[in-house]
Amino acid sequence: MSRRLIEVRDLRFRYHDGTPALNGVDFWLDARETVALLGPNGSGKTTFVLHLNGLLSGEGTIEICGVPLTKETLSHARRKIGLVFQDSDSQLFMPTVIEDAAFGPLNLGLTGDEAMERAREALAQVGMAAAENRAPWHLSAGEKKRVAIAGILAMRPEILILDEPTTFLDPPAAAALLQLLRELPQAKIVVTHDVLFAGAVAPRAVFFEKGAVVGEGTVPDVLQRFGWSGPLTGLRTLP
Amino acid sequence: MHHAVLDEWSRRESALHRRDPRAKTAALVVFLIVVTTSTHNFVVLGPAYLGMLVAGMAWARIPPAGALARAAVVLPFSLVFAGAVALAGDPQRAVLLAAKSYVSAAAVLLLVATTPLPALLRGFEGLGAPRFLLMVAQFLYRYLFVISEEAQHMRAAALSRGGGIRAGRTRFRAAAGALAVLFARSHVRASDIHRAMLARGFEGHFRLVRNLRFGLADALFLVPAAGFPLALRLALGGGV
Repeated sequence: MSRRLIEVRDLRFRYHDGTPALNGVDFWLDARETVALLGPNGSGKTTFVLHLNGLLSGEGTIEICGVPLTKETLSHARRKIGLVFQDSDSQLFMPTVIEDAAFGPLNLGLTGDEAMERAREALAQVGMAAAENRAPWHLSAGEKKRVAIAGILAMRPEILILDEPTTFLDPPAAAALLQLLRELPQAKIVVTHDVLFAGAVAPRAVFFEKGAVVGEGTVPDVLQRFGWSGPLTGLRTLP
Repeated sequence: MHHAVLDEWSRRESALHRRDPRAKTAALVVFLIVVTTSTHNFVVLGPAYLGMLVAGMAWARIPPAGALARAAVVLPFSLVFAGAVALAGDPQRAVLLAAKSYVSAAAVLLLVATTPLPALLRGFEGLGAPRFLLMVAQFLYRYLFVISEEAQHMRAAALSRGGGIRAGRTRFRAAAGALAVLFARSHVRASDIHRAMLARGFEGHFRLVRNLRFGLADALFLVPAAGFPLALRLALGGGV
């Protein structure tokens, strides 16, 4: 039996203006599993994953690797969960690629040499070792995404969360990202509107609507059930 | 991008780049005090101070012309005050004010252009600057870049829709509206960056790959860097 990494029960959240964003979400994720979060814009997918890393805080319970998420256990959760944001430009803020990749390990308390070693390993893992001295804003969208992932991998998390990972990527870059994600051993949550990508990367999908999980199953089943399979007609699947 | 120039300069390799930020900051503080308190003979002292800075720029392998041009960013502000002083009937003091502010800005620019910001702020921290203030400074610096990027995007979007051809009142109104949107967008972007930093374990303190070390070479740099302008001022009668 696989180890349970994330267990969420009855998670509720309202924005400051009172708008309900999450209305009792239940969710789980096991080790080495990949789950796609699907659903229309504004259905609460991104709001939900921001809770898993403690960036937002609502009512309900969240357990990360068996530890309840509280203010006191925030750093534990952030060690376990690596969050790759939709817009890589927001994630890459250090002057060079290597410094950006080393940012997380340094915050974990590693020495400079250890952090650099981890950063180099992670950059090699995503195929960006040659870019270590380049400025992040000089990279292409696909390269930025890879460096953003390297910055997270360098922290050696057990769970990867990717928010709209294919945004701004051309098809070859999306295919390369897919290949990379398949090779990574971590459990993954992929928030996406890209149904082809979701089908190619995740065996299981969870469908969000109006701040709640309204269905789950295999990606084709979920797409069929919620009328999202239509757009697939005539489209080729990714390699 | 233009705003990345200083960052790029600060990452170059030179003996001046390698000096401990605390040594460079201490030398800068002495230099600024010397410049500020030089009240007599500034016609000679001013160019001499500027010459020292140009020598420092050449030593650090950053282009003096480009650096001096960027230091002129302070002039619009100082000229306003200089103009007020001149109108008050003291043109000599007005010129002195503008000249001193320019030399001081060039000195600050030399420090910033030879020290990456995280190391610079760590140096300030080592000299006892309040941590909260430094955190504000580092976010302000990063967010200035964000605002600049957002402004460039909005300008491109406006130009692509003929935003540059309107004139007069309509243009002013559009610019005022754009400014409000710019700040709103920048706020959202800045929040995203802050979240991304928190998600990677940031706890309000930039950590460096290499810890600062104040060595013999830094001391050997500090003595002449602080002593020479002081000696020059005393020798050429900069006043008390």
